[in-house]
Amino acid sequence: MTTVPPFQRTLEAHGDAVWRYLRGMVGAWAADDCFQETFIAALRAYPRLQPESNLRAWLLTIAHRKAIDHLRRQRREALEPLAGELAAEPQQDGAIWSAVAKLPPRQRASVLLRYGCELRHREIAAAIGCSEEAARRSLHEGLKRLRETL
Amino acid sequence: MNRTPDPLKTALGSPAVEARVAARRFADRAAHRGADLFYAEEASPLGALLLVAGRRGLIVLRYDPTDVDATLIELAERRSPRIVESAAALDPWRRELFEYFEGTRRHFEAPLDWQDIAGFRRRVLRATAAIPYGELESYKAVATKAGSPGAARAAGNALGSNPLPIVIPCHRVRHAGGGLGGYTGGLERKRLLLAVESARVSADEKS
Repeated sequence: MTTVPPFQRTLEAHGDAVWRYLRGMVGAWAADDCFQETFIAALRAYPRLQPESNLRAWLLTIAHRKAIDHLRRQRREALEPLAGELAAEPQQDGAIWSAVAKLPPRQRASVLLRYGCELRHREIAAAIGCSEEAARRSLHEGLKRLRETL
Repeated sequence: MNRTPDPLKTALGSPAVEARVAARRFADRAAHRGADLFYAEEASPLGALLLVAGRRGLIVLRYDPTDVDATLIELAERRSPRIVESAAALDPWRRELFEYFEGTRRHFEAPLDWQDIAGFRRRVLRATAAIPYGELESYKAVATKAGSPGAARAAGNALGSNPLPIVIPCHRVRHAGGGLGGYTGGLERKRLLLAVESARVSADEKS
């Protein structure tokens, strides 16, 4: 293939991972807005992408930026605390999701990208904008903290 | 990686229904968000149709869309990979097709995209697009209108590669001797389209 796949196929193949990641980062209520922003930005940049790009890692890098923007905005506007919002969600795996929600953002992002989206350490580092070593550390610390909570 | 199911992976990695809802919402609004091409499958009395349109008009109308991906990949390479599925974006053409099959529409007005149709093929298809509802023309007559009276066979080939059957009514072209010729969607469909059109025309003449 000399070009990236039709955008709809990319949306179908990775929309789920992007949504799960955002839900973990910003909560189910805000996840949809961030999801829409992520895919609008992705659609805009899409034709310039190299055909052999790792689409999932690329989309999650955009999603991460949108999530961080959202968290910053939220902090500025001092809306209700994120952990409370997430903990209130009724869901099957509620305990795990709310424990993840209580992690600091970088650890939370690392855990979600590794276990929710199956990115490699190198891809996690690229998505959240840190060194591979730092990504490994965040993941390790996040997991340790989760084990203590659960 | 360990092989036992990891509860963390199960919890954080399970598919979410909300993701599909969000994806659908995105695609439906994509017309205003920078998508270049839109596609949808539409049910019709002649079976499922695949429609693909861009900002200039309808690009593809296909019978029996079994391999939608092949069409989309080809368009992604030739036109733009910014392709999303959106029935809403195809409303003008879907509505006109519905009215045509219902019998309330005699010609199509929603724009067609002629960008990839060039030369003789374009002239043939233009001439065909002008054949009125319920009427028949010969390959030879269409070739003549396209500026090449001797090229009936080539006109037939051009019609065989009509990217927009029904709306560019190549079903209204047949052999001068009365033979039906060929059809992109199979002769059965050609016969059906012609039968329905002539029945409606004669019903109109009586009333």
